[in-house]
This record gives sequence, structure tokens and C-alpha cells, in this order.
Amino acid sequence: MLQSPVQGTVARLTVRGLLGSRRGILLAVVPVLLLMMSAVAAATSGDKHDLTVTILGRLGLGTLVPLLGLVVGTGVIATEIDDGSIVYLLAKPLPRWRIVTTKLIVAVLTTWLFSAVPTLLGGLLLYGTRDGLAFALTLGTMVAGAAYSALFLLLGVASRNAVVIGLGYALIWESLIGNFVKGARTLSIQQWGLSVAKAVASSGSLTADVALGAAVPLLLVVTAAATVLASVKLAGLTLASED
Amino acid sequence: MPTPSDRPAATAPGTGVIHDIGYRSYQGPRLGRSYATRSLFVQGLRGAFGLGRSGRSKVLPMLILAAMVLPAGMLVALTVFQQRADLPVDYPQYLSSFGLFVEIFLAAQAPVLLSRDLRNGTMPLYFSRPITRADYVRAKAAAMVAALLIVTVLPLLALYAGALLAGLDFVHSTEHLGYGLLAAVLYSVVLSAVGLLIAAGTPRRGFGVAAIMGFLVVSSGVATVLEGLSDRSGGGSASGSAADWAYLISPDDLVDRFVNHVCGLVRTVPTSIGDTPGTLGALVFGLEMLLIVAGAYALLLRRYRKI
Repeated sequence: MLQSPVQGTVARLTVRGLLGSRRGILLAVVPVLLLMMSAVAAATSGDKHDLTVTILGRLGLGTLVPLLGLVVGTGVIATEIDDGSIVYLLAKPLPRWRIVTTKLIVAVLTTWLFSAVPTLLGGLLLYGTRDGLAFALTLGTMVAGAAYSALFLLLGVASRNAVVIGLGYALIWESLIGNFVKGARTLSIQQWGLSVAKAVASSGSLTADVALGAAVPLLLVVTAAATVLASVKLAGLTLASED
Repeated sequence: MPTPSDRPAATAPGTGVIHDIGYRSYQGPRLGRSYATRSLFVQGLRGAFGLGRSGRSKVLPMLILAAMVLPAGMLVALTVFQQRADLPVDYPQYLSSFGLFVEIFLAAQAPVLLSRDLRNGTMPLYFSRPITRADYVRAKAAAMVAALLIVTVLPLLALYAGALLAGLDFVHSTEHLGYGLLAAVLYSVVLSAVGLLIAAGTPRRGFGVAAIMGFLVVSSGVATVLEGLSDRSGGGSASGSAADWAYLISPDDLVDRFVNHVCGLVRTVPTSIGDTPGTLGALVFGLEMLLIVAGAYALLLRRYRKI
């Protein structure tokens, strides 16, 4: 019998761990910021197309989505591994891959809720439905958010320094090196998301450095491979002591 | 106080004997509060670079130290080979270009200094020693600032040594090294204040790292977008315009622009160097830095008053 990839109780506990107590408020900074900036920008007289790309593309997709993916992706599993409470979950008669898929789906949905929804609302507020820009950026945010979640979940299972490594990837590789070295952008989830967005928006309204033919397979491969690897890693997890 | 010889050594023959060896309290020298505080400082500073810890915790701090110092060496080599009359990058600009590494160092190591004690419940052990809560905060803050100073000053010294060896103008080099050192001190103090305050709020290390980095990066990004917004509506896009008030929300831009203005770097190269909005702006930026540092320190003291 084929099992559903989501296990209800695990999903419920993960959501509670992610959004419970005050942590949900911290994640809410992302949508609040995006909507506030969009509202402020909508009130100014500047070039709306430029502003939309700057706020939702550069600030949103370029900075906030990786950070959100990092907090959520590591938050669903690395915190449990860190404080050792994962053993109670691992001791249950559940296949390990179902734990990973459940947590991944919770992470992806949370990332979408906190980044894609405000991107759509902000885009509509700023630029309306012209050029399909709002929908395009929303779709780009969604695919990038899913890939970031999967990648950072894998990091959370594989390393105790997941957050630092993830920051290194998102900030140093994608932003700093990607700014100077054009080739580095080929291996950047952010650029893959932009590429998908560019394909959806009417031509000329967005620019991306990676061709769609490369971006879509890369996105799929990274997301799938990260999920599989995380399952394998979790299956053989040893709880090392804190250094 | 009765000495052991006052007591009868044994009661009846043939039964067990309990020897009263007496209770001796510690008679040696006591090193006191300041020694304990100093030890905590040294231990914190070593911990920030992973010294005295496992090899794995040395990797990141040492990588960042290398990432800060090595480009300085390359710039010096470039200056020598091209026989330039000045360094390609001025000292304060070097720090702002590589500010990301400083921020990652802070984000990674501030939680190491504070969150771990909270998480492992070792705070009562510290306070069973003669140090007070204020001493603890002082030692940890000093350790963080000193660690950041090492990360920021070392590349500047490398640049300076290289500049002198390459035969650049001594007075000019020394003057600009001074500007760089001012920037280094301000970066260290202001960023430490922000980082420690956030780290003290959470016992989870990963969460602290993400929160510190997120705050610094997002505030800087938002400031840039806001500046762009008001530039477009106001019309003026020159450095030093009213749009630069947007950088009040970003700690690292605050330091960068304040130093540029105070040291008069903006006048020499008018493009691409961030400025404060006028002299009043510089004053406000300076005051805000003071406020951030004093406020964060006060909040830290308050945080550790009951724990």
C-alpha cells in the first residue's frame, strides 16, 4: 500500500514548533516588511515597474526568501536534532522518509504563506495585473522558496552548523560572489526562481541570467535530491554531542 | 575553634575509631572578582576563535579571519606590481566592502558566547563564583568587541604594512590608517551591541545566528530600497542628500557613513562613497550609535539581572 507522504501528528507538532510561542511573530516580519514597503512604494510617484522589481525581486526574492527558507528549513528539523527531542520521533514506527517529507511539506507551505502570499498582494498593490509581473514574481518566489526549504532542511539534518553554512551559501555565494562572477549565478536558487518568473511575465519586464531550460531541471533536481539525501541522512542519524 | 587535639582520639578499645581530622577552610590566596572576570574575558575571546575547543569549531572563525586578511595581501601585491601611488581601496572602504564577513563572524560567534551558557544551564555556576551579573555582561561584551577588533584591525595592519613596504606616502598612509581604525572600533562596538543583545534573547544557537544576520542584512536592504524610493520622489540622487536618512535603520551603514563624513572621505572621492545627510546627519548618526551601544548594554544588564 502506498503511504501518504504527510503524517498528521508529525505535521501538527512541526507547525507548533515552528510557529508556536513567539517564533511565529518573528517569521511574520517578512510579510509585514514586504507589504509595508509595497504600500510605501505605491504611494510614491516613481517608476512602478522598477520599484516592483526592486522590492519584490531584489529585497523579497533576493534577501528575504533565502533567509525565511533558512529559518523555516532548519527550524522544522535542526532544532529538534539540536535539543535531542528528535529521538522520541525517530523511536516511533514511522519510516524516516515520511518524517522528512512531512517536515518538508510543512516548511514549503510555511515559506509560501509567509513570502509568496505577500509577494502576490504587494505586486498587485504596486503594479496591478500588468505584464503578469505580480504573478510571475509570486511563482518565482514559490519555486525558489520550495528549493531553499528542501536544501536547508538537508543542511539541518547533515550538519550542526546548518544555519551558518546556509548563510554562507545565501549571502556569500549568491549575493557577494554572484555579484562579481557571472558563472556563480548559474548555481543560484535565486536566479533559477527569477528565470521561472521571467518565463511567465510578458517579455522584457524581467531579466534573468539562467535559461529556463537549465533552471527548471536544476530546481527539480536540487529539491528532489535534497529530499532523498535528507531521508538517507536521517535514517542513519547519530546524535553527536554538542561541541 | 576546637583543634583536633582537644578531642578524645578514641573511646573504647576494640571498637571502631572515627578520627576527627578537623575541618580546614581554604587558607591560600584568593584571586577575587577581577581575576574571575578577566578569566571569563580571556575564555570568551579564545572561545570566539574556537581556541581550546574542538577542531570543528575553529573552522569558521579561522576561515573568516583568512577571508578578511588574504584580500588585503592581494591588494598590497597589486599595488606593488602596478607601482600605484595609493592603495586601490582606502582603509575604511576595505572594511565596508568586506563587512559581510565581519557580520557573519558576529552572527556565528555571539551566540557561542551567550546562548550556550543559557542553554546548558551553566549560569548558576558562574554566579556561584565571586563575579556579579554586571561582571559577566562586561566580560562577555569585552570579549566580543575584542574578537571583532582582531577581525577588523588585522587586515588594516596588513594593508598598512604593505603600503609602507611599497613606499607609499607615510603621512597619508598613517592618517588613513587612523580613519580605518576608527571605523574598526565603531564597527566592533556597534555590531557587538546588536549581536549580543539578540544572542542573549535565545538559548538556541541556530536561531540566534539567523536572527542576527537577518536583522543586519534585512535592515541594510530595506534602507537601500527606502533611499531609492525617496531619491526618486525627491529628485536628488547625490550622496549626502536627504534620502540618506533612510540609513538610520541599518547599523553597519550607520558606521560606514558616519566615518566617511567625519573623516572627510566623501569630499575627496565624490562618487560611490556613502555619506550622512549633512553635518546634522553626522551628529544624529553618531548619537544613534551611542544610543544603540548604551541601550543594548543596559538591556543586557537587565536581561541578566534575574536568570
